[in-house]
Amino acid sequence: MADAVAVQAESAVPRLASPLRRMAGNASVVAGVTLVGIVVLLALLAPLLAPHDPYAQDLGRRLVPPIWHEKGTWTHAFGTDNLGRDYLSRVIYGARISLLIGVSVMLISGLIGTLLGLAAGYFGGRTDLAISFVITARLALPLVLVALAVVAMIGSSLFVVILTLGLLKWDRFAVVMRSATQQVRSLDYITAAEAAGASHARIILGEVLPNVFPHLIVVATVEAGSAILLEAALSFLGLGVQPPLPSWGLMISEAKNFMFFSFWLIAIPGSALALLVLGINLLGDGLRDVFAPEGRA
Amino acid sequence: MLAFTIKRLLLAILVAVCVSATAFVLLRMSGDVALAIAGEGAKEADIALVRKTYGLDRPIIVQYGDWLARTFRGDLGESLYFKTSVASLIADKLPVTFLIGSLSLLFALALSVPLGVVGAVWAGSWIDRAALAVAVAGQALPNFFFALCLIMVFSITLRWLPVSGSDTWAHYVMPTIALGYYATPPIMRLVRAGMIEVLGSDYIRTARAKGLSPTSVVFKHGLRNALVPVVALAAVQLGFLLGGSIVIETIFALDGLGYLAYQSITHKDFPVTQATLLLLSLIYVLLTLLSDLLNAFLDPRMRVA
Repeated sequence: MADAVAVQAESAVPRLASPLRRMAGNASVVAGVTLVGIVVLLALLAPLLAPHDPYAQDLGRRLVPPIWHEKGTWTHAFGTDNLGRDYLSRVIYGARISLLIGVSVMLISGLIGTLLGLAAGYFGGRTDLAISFVITARLALPLVLVALAVVAMIGSSLFVVILTLGLLKWDRFAVVMRSATQQVRSLDYITAAEAAGASHARIILGEVLPNVFPHLIVVATVEAGSAILLEAALSFLGLGVQPPLPSWGLMISEAKNFMFFSFWLIAIPGSALALLVLGINLLGDGLRDVFAPEGRA
Repeated sequence: MLAFTIKRLLLAILVAVCVSATAFVLLRMSGDVALAIAGEGAKEADIALVRKTYGLDRPIIVQYGDWLARTFRGDLGESLYFKTSVASLIADKLPVTFLIGSLSLLFALALSVPLGVVGAVWAGSWIDRAALAVAVAGQALPNFFFALCLIMVFSITLRWLPVSGSDTWAHYVMPTIALGYYATPPIMRLVRAGMIEVLGSDYIRTARAKGLSPTSVVFKHGLRNALVPVVALAAVQLGFLLGGSIVIETIFALDGLGYLAYQSITHKDFPVTQATLLLLSLIYVLLTLLSDLLNAFLDPRMRVA
């Protein structure tokens, strides 16, 4: 008996460990986790890492150049903005906003899209027809334009941006979950579960969802990156997160008028955005390779 | 093919109706339209008068039907901010957006098709890896940041190109690159995947065995077949580019539909917002319909469903 348990445990370990080991061996996943990890640490430890208060204005020290310029000082390693706020501190706190947007939009749109996709793929027939129609109609609406219009109407704030993007961006979740569910639906273990008399809810949650989960993880990663870029674009256009919050997109927008002499004000938050989203996308690409090597393109 | 066409056409019409209703309701729910027309600080009596003259006191369904009927006649109402008819405003701006959209798509195709072919022929080589890396990095770059970098390099440092406006061809160079770059990665991936699949097929082996030159095999036999799905993707991408040009047009002050939409949103000019939203959606519906029909025409296996 004890032997049997030992054997079971032994055979279970490699099965669990192998995806993890493959992830650790995948260059994209490692690079992605490193980049995203750095930003997550910045966001979590912002009060400890930021050298100054990100909101404190010092009008006597406006547009101080960063350390790599001749006149730069270590007091303000990334310089200061047009209101004399320490740029390094603002960039560090900005990580919180981008991550908050990425994760919460992903959760809202992921929930809506996954439910729709699962229902369409599992029940098929008229349900599928109706849900596919809703997806098609949603895709026809230009995302940026609708988001801008809605945010402008309701009044822009972090909460409104999250809700608007969350309620709009579920289409890719729905499309991917639908086709993944369709593939799983016809497999023998679903038929077996049906024959055993399991309820629809039980089959969907217990059999289908775990088997389409890898696809869900991959879409969720890519969608979080895309939500972060969208928030930045909305804030850049002045219809997203409002000042004085240090959103990276908003910081670029505020620096626009000074780009002629102080391009670093744009380059720093721009690079931060690009690196975070690059990390997320690398993670998504890598996970796709780990979970479904045959789907590589 | 006829049955398929009719089915798709009906679906497109249904989607169009659905989208128009969304565009209407979305902008009606937003707040008091009568207040927007009467202007900030208008008296209660004035607002009531506006509500009566514009028929805003009727049920929303009636208003929607009325709006739809007028839209069909080409009457899109009057702009609250520009004080001209919305239809003429849109007719004025549409060519710019179409131009920038098509140029961007051409730019994307010119970049992605060669890269995809090279990546497939020498799969796993450094060129393939480099092309993929550029695509992955490109998808992470915020488009407005990329546009500002272009302005910094080509307008401010090198002084080659004008920063904003839409008067000469030089005004279109940077917007084309900034917008077209975003359609490049998906097309490149599709070309690469398609070419790898085609190059591994039997008829390519036959062509090679016949002793045809590698160039002829890759381009005449391979690429022609790998490009079939690309045509359809290009149509859909054009729809995304037209709908997504709002950020790029605003940065470069390109006088197109996207910039108009942005102005209308910031000025609470709801008839214009509504019309641009409707138009961009309808163009997308039309392009996807075209893409589906093209796909079915080129590949009969697609005609089911």
